[in-house]
Amino acid sequence: MKSNKDSHDQKLTIADNLLKAIPADRKNLIFFLHQLQDQLGYFPEELVLKAARYFSVSPAEIFGLLTFYSAFKLNQSCAHHIKVCQGTACHVRGSEAIGNEFSRLLGIEPGSYDPGKSIALETVNCLGCCAIGPVVVVDGQYQARVNLKDVEKIAARLTSLEKSDEANEI
Amino acid sequence: MKFNSPKELDVFDQGRRSQSARRVISLSAASCGRASGALEVAAAFESGIKELGLADQVELKLTGCHGFCQLEPDIIIFPERYFYPNVKTTEVKRILQETGVNGRFIPELGFKDDQTGKITARLEELPFYQGQVRWLIDRQLDLDPLSLDDYLNHGGFQALKTVLSQLTPDEVIAEITVSSLRGRGGAGFSTGLKWQLARQVAAQPKYLICNGDEGDPGAYMDRGILESNPYSVLEGMMIGGLAVGAIRGFVYVRQEYPLAIDRLEKAIETLHQAGLLGEKILGTDFSFDLELVRGAGAFVSGEETALISSVEGRRANPRPRPPFPVVSGLWGKPTVINNVETWANVPLIIQKGASWFSKTGTEKSKGTKIFSLVGQVKYSGLVEVPLGITLDEIVNKIGGGARKGEKIKAIQIGGPSGGCLPADLFNLQVDYESLPRAGAIMGSGGLIALDNDTCLVNLALYFLKFAREESCGQCAPCRIGTQQMVEILEKITSGQGELADLDLLEKIGWTMQQASLCGLGRTAPNPVLTALRYFRPEFEEHIVEKKCRALVCPKLIAYVIDEDQCSGCQLCLKACPYGAIEIGSSGLPQINQPACQTCGICFSVCPEEFQAIGKVGGLKKDQVSLLTSGSN
Repeated sequence: MKSNKDSHDQKLTIADNLLKAIPADRKNLIFFLHQLQDQLGYFPEELVLKAARYFSVSPAEIFGLLTFYSAFKLNQSCAHHIKVCQGTACHVRGSEAIGNEFSRLLGIEPGSYDPGKSIALETVNCLGCCAIGPVVVVDGQYQARVNLKDVEKIAARLTSLEKSDEANEI
Repeated sequence: MKFNSPKELDVFDQGRRSQSARRVISLSAASCGRASGALEVAAAFESGIKELGLADQVELKLTGCHGFCQLEPDIIIFPERYFYPNVKTTEVKRILQETGVNGRFIPELGFKDDQTGKITARLEELPFYQGQVRWLIDRQLDLDPLSLDDYLNHGGFQALKTVLSQLTPDEVIAEITVSSLRGRGGAGFSTGLKWQLARQVAAQPKYLICNGDEGDPGAYMDRGILESNPYSVLEGMMIGGLAVGAIRGFVYVRQEYPLAIDRLEKAIETLHQAGLLGEKILGTDFSFDLELVRGAGAFVSGEETALISSVEGRRANPRPRPPFPVVSGLWGKPTVINNVETWANVPLIIQKGASWFSKTGTEKSKGTKIFSLVGQVKYSGLVEVPLGITLDEIVNKIGGGARKGEKIKAIQIGGPSGGCLPADLFNLQVDYESLPRAGAIMGSGGLIALDNDTCLVNLALYFLKFAREESCGQCAPCRIGTQQMVEILEKITSGQGELADLDLLEKIGWTMQQASLCGLGRTAPNPVLTALRYFRPEFEEHIVEKKCRALVCPKLIAYVIDEDQCSGCQLCLKACPYGAIEIGSSGLPQINQPACQTCGICFSVCPEEFQAIGKVGGLKKDQVSLLTSGSN
């Protein structure tokens, strides 16, 4: 499945199909970026020019949007995503240490991913679940009241999942 | 189902609601409920109802937020209003049989006060709900957020009906003005006046925006409303559209709230189908449409001119005001921007009347405000309080004081634009005038309680790092000021600070307040300036004594193992990522201070029954080494 999405033609087709339903009006530009990213997991650089032509703006403007807004990613997405909330309520309950511990265990900085592009670590400003912090979101699943021991378990689980994924691919 | 005239909306208002003879189990299933397992509990209830054949006696309803977010998933059972916190799937059958069928309260599953052991049966009797005035939250306790029928059964769209059939736009604006409703996003501008200004402008077309870019970390009131009662916000906007003469409204929701986005999209679609949005609504001359706009992750988008840029499909760069958006907003046209909670209050005012609304509150601040009361309080969640309530009542009565037994030493109100207020100012009234006088702001509703484990210098640094990251970078005072303040605060928290740095922080802060382009930069220094105003001794201790009294700043603390408490289990030794723990001459683990990076892992793995690892502050590394080697 992954390899299908990777092919250039496939990406172009997805973009074309989306654009069919979106009028070429500037106000729909961010909507399009979201839609494409929802399908591909990231916004491939090779489609910047296409978007620019369709909405009649310069490619620099598209890059501007993609880099200004934190929702958009220019890099291919990973199989697993960890989001560590760093909102104030989580912060006063120790979320900084939780982010650091993920970094240490997985050997990656927040905002990056491991060399095999399997696990991405991200810190986010606030997920709005402040009464049950510290909050961590693993592959879309919210986890409440996370402590350093939970971090170890989560990291171990994802690392072993990744190994079994690799084994399956072989 | 499609409605063709305002009158048809009455069908629901009479009858239906009282018709249900079934007991209703209302399960909190907004984002934080789901994070705590609400959907698993819901599945258990559903299969339980089927298995026990209770479908004609008990109804399960997945609602939005009940407010007491810390105890989720919780259920309220109507009509008795019994409350069960932290419901587990294993308890579901018993609840169905005893309470669902027989209406008997099960004391073991009720809310229990840790200290007194007292068990509370009904929602309103919980200490957390005492002192709240919940006009908005109460409406969502037994409301299915996505059901238009249910909203109508709760009196929904009666305000729109009144406006369409009885009031002129000027009368609507007059009603909102007389109610003294002020912007709940924090700035507190008169809503009626804002509408009036936009109505007066000749330019056409006019637009509305609902600002749901709730970016303040630690605040989630708007998420609560959008997920729990989306129709109330949309109805408020429709009333606003009619009053102002707007043709279209945009609901802008930050992308970090996927459930809210999903519900609003569906609610807008349902309103189209029901003939409540679009051309000639309910057969009248009023045409109005709404559109959802999904944010893309930028705190500055919450600033109104930046929000406009973002809706237009541009980077969320603020621009100078005037012209204000009511004169020149979206695509240069008159645009009214109100916060989610402001819009949600509008139908309430029309329905119950301005004079009813303005009975609650202070002279200049009327109505209620929702706060997200979080941090180190015993009870946290969304609280809706009458304006004019004191901070003490919110923190120590509703919030139950400190969760760890000590005292709450300060509160942070208003997020990155607000400030920290010390406990001796807790008699301050919460309103748009009193808080700014103390250097804080009302803000959008974030209220974070801090105890002695919070370092105010570290917290100030946290907020400035946030502002630095979120600054759009257009104007120098904000772009450079936040960076400079972060560097100075980092210097102080790592023990390298000088006393002159404090004056410098104040000077930079003042410059940013005066010279920044938008609200983000003008308010970004507030957390530091209020911390300096009320907690200067903590800054001075970091600088002069190299001490962090809250034992938070990693470079100013050391970990030590208390050999009298240590069992020798060596968990810490195995866990230390830096190999800084070794077996000492006593045969017990010991921390090699020069190698220790104060990451705190050993502290967290030491089993609770031993608590053998402690933090010490105010000592230099070599002093700690002496201290521990001396004890051998």
